[in-house]
Amino acid sequence: MTGHIRLVLAIFAAALLIAAVAALFLARAYAEPESLRAGAFEPPRAAPEFMLAGSDGSDVILADHRGKVVLLTFGFTHCAAVCPTTLATLAQARAATGDRADEVQAIFVTVDPERDNAAHMRDYLAAFDPSFVGATGDPVVLAAVREAYGVTAEKQGTGRDYAMAHTSSIFLIDPAGKLRGAMPFGRDAADFAHDIALLLEG
Amino acid sequence: MQTLLPKTPLRRRAIAIGLAIFGMGALAWAALAPVEAASREELFEIPAGTSERRLDGDEVEVLPQTIRLRLGLNDVLVLKNHDAAPHLFGPTLVMPGQTFRLPFTTAATYSFLCTAHADGQLNVIVEPGPGPGWERLRWRWRSLASRVAQ
Repeated sequence: MTGHIRLVLAIFAAALLIAAVAALFLARAYAEPESLRAGAFEPPRAAPEFMLAGSDGSDVILADHRGKVVLLTFGFTHCAAVCPTTLATLAQARAATGDRADEVQAIFVTVDPERDNAAHMRDYLAAFDPSFVGATGDPVVLAAVREAYGVTAEKQGTGRDYAMAHTSSIFLIDPAGKLRGAMPFGRDAADFAHDIALLLEG
Repeated sequence: MQTLLPKTPLRRRAIAIGLAIFGMGALAWAALAPVEAASREELFEIPAGTSERRLDGDEVEVLPQTIRLRLGLNDVLVLKNHDAAPHLFGPTLVMPGQTFRLPFTTAATYSFLCTAHADGQLNVIVEPGPGPGWERLRWRWRSLASRVAQ
């Protein structure tokens, strides 16, 4: 290797080193402050209250879950893809919170009260996480709850195998009862675990 | 005097080496350093009176039909509702006076329900940010050129 080639290589190595250090420095300098990975509301409003029939036989009253992070989702047990995916993700996220799992409550409000009675919902949800609570009730009351959260639901098809097209976002309610965010469908458990930790910290 | 003469080419060489290191360092930095933006938020505002104008039959479009974002640059969609009525944006309702800040982490095309549009639909196309290497170098060059042109 001639001295000239060695010099060029040394220059190249020095340049790469300088660039790498500068890039690392900038990456740290531009690191964003921690914020929700879900869509976040500013200012947050009080989460609309509701009282529905719970899958565990008791009433599901949102206010009873103050002090916990509530993951509120709307769906139906005959859902083929979206709802099972969402519930499995929420179960993983809750498990990821470790010893703070008791401070996380998932509530699954049905958009299909015709088929989703309390007992059926209990069995369905237990397959994901026994702590999950299902909520059903009068169709008019359920429609009012959906409206308060901006959730849409529409029956598709006829006969026994109809489907429900519905909003697939998951609402994040903090321990003070504020509606802090809406996580679009498709985000993974790590995103939920991140946001749950932030909301538990206050 | 004779002892000083050989230093001139050495100095030139040292300056050339220094410039070469600086030049290559700058190029390598431009190609590798993460893209930065003062703010990654892309703000859209729903003006006051939107719902009233709609009720009067005015098919007002307050947001573009399609919003384009790039990861790492402007990947946080911010919707500010100045209207007196709530507006449904994809995942949820944005109440009057409220801001909804939605970060995107995956490049994809998203379709949302949105009552701020006359046809009730909003498309958000999220593209990947410029990758390290030639793509990032080209992006920096274009950014610099557009700044100079301004």
